[in-house]
Amino acid sequence: MSKLTIENIRLDAIYSCVPSTRIKTSDYSFFSNAESKLFEKTTGIEERRVASSEVTCSDLCYDAAENLLRDLDVDKNEIEVLIFVSQSPDYFLPATAVTLQERLGLTTNCMAFDINLGCSGYVYGLSVIASLMKNGLKKGLLLAGDKSTISTSEKDKSTYPLFGDAGTATLLSFDENASNMYFDLHSDGSGKDAIIIEYGHSRFPYNTFTDNEREYEPGVIRSKNHLALDGMKVFNFALKEVAKSINDCLNYVNVNQHEVDYFVLHQANKLINDSVRKKMKLAEDKFPMSIREFGNTSSASIPLTISVELKDVLQTNKRKLLLSGFGVGLSWANVLLSMGPITVKWIEYD
Amino acid sequence: MDIQELIKCIEEEFDEIETGSLSDDSSIRDLDGWSSMHALILIALVDNHFDVLLTGEELKNSLTIQDLHEVISKRKA
Repeated sequence: MSKLTIENIRLDAIYSCVPSTRIKTSDYSFFSNAESKLFEKTTGIEERRVASSEVTCSDLCYDAAENLLRDLDVDKNEIEVLIFVSQSPDYFLPATAVTLQERLGLTTNCMAFDINLGCSGYVYGLSVIASLMKNGLKKGLLLAGDKSTISTSEKDKSTYPLFGDAGTATLLSFDENASNMYFDLHSDGSGKDAIIIEYGHSRFPYNTFTDNEREYEPGVIRSKNHLALDGMKVFNFALKEVAKSINDCLNYVNVNQHEVDYFVLHQANKLINDSVRKKMKLAEDKFPMSIREFGNTSSASIPLTISVELKDVLQTNKRKLLLSGFGVGLSWANVLLSMGPITVKWIEYD
Repeated sequence: MDIQELIKCIEEEFDEIETGSLSDDSSIRDLDGWSSMHALILIALVDNHFDVLLTGEELKNSLTIQDLHEVISKRKA
């Protein structure tokens, strides 16, 4: 089992950046009134933020990082690693992380690379950056997010109203007095078809025929270049694995679930998170949610939820958090860590 | 597990279903506007109340409440 204990890494700040344009579920013209209400009740999504055509995920992450570095007056020479976690990079190549090293004015001594993961990506990204930094790197930047709205078909009710765009930046430092982080990481490629954009890369290259739209079922019209989601498969996977793996992670470090102040779960669907909470028999206020205002923001969802829902408590207090990401891959990951006092903020892209 | 317990849970969960309107041979998929969202709610309900995680296929093959009850009972046995 992939379980890791990482020492000496402190989280200094989490900044999140979302586009200012809001799209309401109730305004989605492909839903009837009843469908819209049921969708809001089940997923919890009432509105989401959508980036304009010229704005990419890296722009949102750049803004989050630039504001963070300025507010904390960080010496950019001290940042020795930058990781960009996303499934909506700027280019086929080069890696977006390398372009962000230059845009952010970091030195050429900073290592930079991308990680191609979605819903589990923030926790995976933390495990990679913390593993690299524990050997003594001074500071690191983890940028995570997605512009998921670029890949969904507006005529597909099963995907289009679910996703919002967001970019985040997390600053980490080497600190011999920092509390340990405990990771638990998983993957199951047998579920690759559950969430997939099948065409457009090397397995099935883009061509004009793949642009042709097809009706898969009433209200589900998309092309091969669009994101396809098997909601039932993903839902079953989450119900089967998430609560179990959170408990495994806690058992690994011998921590009782009641010692954890907050469980910050990936925000895919309110019904999933409620089910996990009910299985664990814990109170609602231990499970902060941001899905109502932002939808599913992929790898940004955990830091965005922290930025929006926990900013007041974490600015002045130290808290024990269990972060859990799960989804596309299939891939899922948990980390138990202590955080705070820490600078936490969310901003709108301008 | 008593089938009445299953019926009570379903009637309480879905606002669209009136209390006392379901019986063993009712098909909940005949509900007006039944959608994949209802299916997810039903899967979560059965998982939370009866600790049985139904697959999409099992749900699809359960035409009536009685069928659903049999699947859950078998899985629990």
